[in-house]
Amino acid sequence: MASAPASRSTPLPGFGLSLGVTVLWLSLIVLIPLSAVFVRSGSEGWHNFWAAAGSSRALAAYRLSFGAAALAALINCIFGLLVAWVLVRYRFAGRRLLSALIDLPFALPTAVAGIALTALYADTGIIGRILEPAGFPVAYKPAGVVVALTFIGLPFVVRTVEPVLAEASSEVEEAALTLGATRLQTFSRVILPTIVPALATGFALAFARGAGEYGSVIFIAGNVPFKSEIAPLLIITQLEEYSYAGAAAIACVMLLISFAVLLLLNLLQHWQQRRVG
Amino acid sequence: MTAAGLREPPAAKALLILAALAYVALMLLLPLGAVMYEALRKGWGLWHAAVTEPDALASIKLTLIVAAITVPLNTVFGIAAAWAIAKFDFPGKAALIALIELPFSVSPVVSGLVFVLLFGAQGWLGPWLDAHDIHIIFALPGLVLATVFVTFPFVARQLIPLMSAQGRADEEAALTLGASGWQTFWRVTLPNIRFGLLYGVLLCNARAMGEFGAVSVVSGHIRGQTNTMPLQVEALYNDYDFVAAFAVASLLALLALVTLALKSALEWRYRHELSAVH
Repeated sequence: MASAPASRSTPLPGFGLSLGVTVLWLSLIVLIPLSAVFVRSGSEGWHNFWAAAGSSRALAAYRLSFGAAALAALINCIFGLLVAWVLVRYRFAGRRLLSALIDLPFALPTAVAGIALTALYADTGIIGRILEPAGFPVAYKPAGVVVALTFIGLPFVVRTVEPVLAEASSEVEEAALTLGATRLQTFSRVILPTIVPALATGFALAFARGAGEYGSVIFIAGNVPFKSEIAPLLIITQLEEYSYAGAAAIACVMLLISFAVLLLLNLLQHWQQRRVG
Repeated sequence: MTAAGLREPPAAKALLILAALAYVALMLLLPLGAVMYEALRKGWGLWHAAVTEPDALASIKLTLIVAAITVPLNTVFGIAAAWAIAKFDFPGKAALIALIELPFSVSPVVSGLVFVLLFGAQGWLGPWLDAHDIHIIFALPGLVLATVFVTFPFVARQLIPLMSAQGRADEEAALTLGASGWQTFWRVTLPNIRFGLLYGVLLCNARAMGEFGAVSVVSGHIRGQTNTMPLQVEALYNDYDFVAAFAVASLLALLALVTLALKSALEWRYRHELSAVH
């Protein structure tokens, strides 16, 4: 990577203009509107804030949104690692197509994913027709939320793990094998430790995206309060009841949790960079 | 890259490849196929009728308008942000990058909500806007604002690492040879970053046309007027008009496929220009 250190003493023009446009646009579109959530959520006092953000219905919704996001991210860590491994280590027919397809969840509008998954997992769909009689209904149940978030999160893990796996040195692996380690020992003691930071980053990215996800989930979740109602849907319900402060309070809790995850993510990336060198 | 001794037994390798292919087919390919199957299961005639129905056409037009406003705005912003961040050194740079990427970690519903809190009937500016007969929420400006918010980081995050890696030597040489600032930008910087820019614009456009949660909050769901294509899909689906819902959805799925194909083509042909690794 040919990276030249930049400094302000450069003869290049346009620093003031470009930074000005950036900060102005960032403030108008992102910072000022986001601050409205925090100001508005407290506008009717702490009592009302907790009545909305801390209600048992809201708590059930956070539990579902964050719980399903964590479970889906975990599933994606396992299968994302498998897919990344196969893409990096093996050459086979259809590899490029597989690689291109991984980004489908980024490109496919979430509402389209939502109705497609519902069509597949409903009792008339080709997957639901098998799962439902087997005593494992997915559509209109919390399991449906996990399925939708697993769909959405796969590329986050694959794309984070892929470059680290590609750069992992084969010399250390070879040494381990020469010294008599089995393939499995080499994987768990040599390869896995080097990609754990990347896996954790992928987990955090998929988790953050899943916790706030709306479009792909609402069609397949039953949206029953206390059972299959996700937190973003509860915000919309509050808005439809003209409770702006209530909607802002729930949004405030979700934002704070997302920011905490984001902070953790930055620390993880720092850790990852230090380990990769 | 792997030495012979490192290779798994052929059976294990085949098993791993098959498992990965099966998982991706089940999780990603099957939903895509379901959209196309459901859209066409009653024949091309009904598909065609569904996508040329007046409300569907209005939603297609609205989606194109929203993207046509949003993408250029965020492209100009992305170039400006990358120019400032990649070519100059100033305190707080890391924080600025983190703030630019902030919209990625905000729930789409919250991204729409913020504009309702500002401009909605009971929002801060609601009464004033109402008195002056200006419509933002449940109208085009609200849809554009929400879409600009969710697609905010796409172009910038593509260009910042690319332009940082390219450094400033080319631009400084052009300036030394007497080019003006704008000439340097148009003739030197822009050709250097064109594929990265195209890549960012492509992803920005796909998200702008497909956004659902954020626009759902600010749209008001008036058919033929404020329903974008994803919202029209939802409206038709909730009417149990599944063939029509999947017909409009199939157009969005095609958009996704075209985006993926162009994205992959850019990655294969211009990998070096995208990451500036020489």
